[in-house]
Amino acid sequence: MSGLPEEHLRYPFRRHGMDHDRYDWSILPRRKPVAWPDGARVALWITVSLQWFPINMAGKPFKPPGAMQTAYPDLRHYTLRDYGNRVGIWRIMRLLDGLGIRASAAVNGAVAARIPSLLQACEQRGWEIIAHGQDMDHLHYEGLPVEQERAQIATTLECLKRVARTPIRGWLSPAKSQSNATLDLIAEAGLDYCCDWVNDDMPYPMRTKAGPITAMPHPSDVDDYFVLVQNHLSEDDFTHTLTDHFDLLWDEAATQGGRVMAISLHPWVIGQPYRISALEKALKHILSRRGVWAATGAEILDAWKAQQ
Amino acid sequence: MAWRDPGYYDYLPYNETRPKITWPNGARVAFWVAPNIEFYELDPPKNPARAAWSRPQPDVLAYSYRDYGNRAGFWRMLEVFDRCGMRGSVSLNVAMCEHHPEIIEECAKRGWEFYSHGTYNTRYMFGMTEAQEREVIQDSIDTIRKHTGQKLDGWLAPALTYTERTLDLVADMGLTYVCDLFHDDQPSPVKTRSGTLVSIPYSLEMNDTIAYNVNQVGPRAYGEIIRRQFDRLYEEGAESGTVMCIPLHPYLIGWPYRLKAFEEALRYITSHDKVWLATGREIAAHFTKHHLEAFKEASVPVGDAP
Repeated sequence: MSGLPEEHLRYPFRRHGMDHDRYDWSILPRRKPVAWPDGARVALWITVSLQWFPINMAGKPFKPPGAMQTAYPDLRHYTLRDYGNRVGIWRIMRLLDGLGIRASAAVNGAVAARIPSLLQACEQRGWEIIAHGQDMDHLHYEGLPVEQERAQIATTLECLKRVARTPIRGWLSPAKSQSNATLDLIAEAGLDYCCDWVNDDMPYPMRTKAGPITAMPHPSDVDDYFVLVQNHLSEDDFTHTLTDHFDLLWDEAATQGGRVMAISLHPWVIGQPYRISALEKALKHILSRRGVWAATGAEILDAWKAQQ
Repeated sequence: MAWRDPGYYDYLPYNETRPKITWPNGARVAFWVAPNIEFYELDPPKNPARAAWSRPQPDVLAYSYRDYGNRAGFWRMLEVFDRCGMRGSVSLNVAMCEHHPEIIEECAKRGWEFYSHGTYNTRYMFGMTEAQEREVIQDSIDTIRKHTGQKLDGWLAPALTYTERTLDLVADMGLTYVCDLFHDDQPSPVKTRSGTLVSIPYSLEMNDTIAYNVNQVGPRAYGEIIRRQFDRLYEEGAESGTVMCIPLHPYLIGWPYRLKAFEEALRYITSHDKVWLATGREIAAHFTKHHLEAFKEASVPVGDAP
C-alpha cells in the first residue's frame, strides 16, 4: 500500500503561536485588564440579524443556516424568514426599547434596499447598523473571484449607506463564512471590525493587507438559532444559557477586567410570541446586576481601543 | 480482506462471573477526567478518507470555534479543576507543545498526565503505511518526553482515526493503555500482535462533544447526566470497582454558559469519599498489576459468525 502523500507527515507551521499570520496567539486571562465606562464589569452587546433569503437561493458553496430546504418554491421557509422582518423585529424592538437597550442590527444590503424603513427604525432608536453582506445567498468563500467578492462588499455598503445616517463600521459575513481575502477586502472598504471569528470573549487585533482590523467577540453559541433551532433546546434552556453565561462573565470580570457578552438574535427565531419571554427573562436578570453597560459594537470597540 | 470483527478482546459478561476489581483505599469508582488539548490546523493536507472541515477552506467559524478553547476555555476549565482538586489526564495533540507551551506548562506543574491524541486533530491515520504510523507514534513519544519529561503510556487516536494495525503498533512501541474502545465500564485486556494492552473506559456518552454536539444536551442537563452516570457506577462499585471518565474539550466546556453546571457536577463526584481521583496511567497500572491476568483467564472467545 502506498500510504498517504509525504505532506501528511510534514508540519510547516509547527511553531510557537498560530499556524497562520492573521492574529497572534494570546491568552485571555493574561492580558491587561480592560475598564468599561462607569466601572461596568460586562459590556452587553445585542446584535439582531436582519436577513433576506431569496426563495430561489443557490446555497453556494453551502446552505447557510436558515436557508430554503424544500424543492423550489419553498414558500414555507421563505415566508417564515420574512416573518422576522415584518413581525419578530418589532417585538424585539418593543422589548429592548422598554429595557433601554440599544442593539446593533446586522443588515443584509438587500434588506436595506427592500425595506429602508426598517433600517431607519433601527437608527431612530440609536441602534448601530452593521454590514451583513448582500443577502443570505451571497456567501463569501474561497473560490469566489476576488473582484466578485469586492463587488459584493461594495454593493452591501452602497445599499446600507443609501439609507443609513450613521457610519457603517462593523462587518458580519453571512453564515460567518469567509474567503482568504475577506478580511483584506473589508478592511480595504474602510470597515473597523469583524464579527466572524468566535475564538475570544474580548476584542483583539487582526492583520490584513489593508491594515489592522479588530475582531469583535460574537459567539455562535450564545445565539437563538444555535440553541433553539440547531440544538432543539427549550426556551428555558435559552434563558439559562444567557443567564449562566452572564453570571460567569460578571464573576470573572471582578478579577480579570471588563468582559463582553454578545447575544446574537434572529427575529425569525426569537421573535415568535412563545419565545420572546425567554429573552425578556434573561435580559431582566442581566440588567438587575450592577455594572452592566448595554452598548453597541462600535461603542465597545472604541472603549477597548482607547486602552490598547 | 477487511475485518468483520477487530478481534481485540474476548467475551466477558458484566455479571457475577467477572473477577472482582478492588481499587486503592477501598474506592468504588476510579474517576478520571480527560481534557482533549487540541490544535486544529486552518489548512491541513486533505486526508482522502476525511476532510478536516465541513466548509471550504478557510472554515473560519469551525477553526476559530476550536481556537477558543486554547485562548479562553482552557484557562477557565483549569480553575475548575483546581477548585475541585482534580488532576487531568491530557489527551494531547502533541504539536500543542510547540504551538502553545504555556498550556502544557500549566498542566505539567499540576502533575497532570499527558497521553497522546496524535500530532494534530486535523491529521488522520486513515490510509497510513506502517512506517508512517510508526513515525507519528514516535513523534508523540519523543515530543511528550522532550516537553514534559513523561513517558508516553496512553493512546487515543487523533480524531478517532485508525488503521487495522494502529493498536498493534501502539503496543509494540511501548505504550500500555488505549482509550479507543468503548465496549466496557471496567478496564479490559486488549490482544495485539505485540502483546496485551489495557483498554481504559473513556466513554463517548460522557464526552462533551457527543453530549453537546451529537446528542444536543443542554449545559444543565449535561450536569445531570454526569451525576446519574456517577450514581449508578458508585452503587455498582460497591460490588466490584468501576471506572468513570469524563472526556472534555476546552473549546466546548470552557464556554461561560456551560461551566457552572459542569463544575457543580464535578464537585458532586469529587466530594464522595469512596472515589479514587486518578489518572489514566494510574488506573491502567493498577489494573495491570492486580487484575489483568484474572480478566484474561475469565474471558471466553466468541464463536465464528456464519
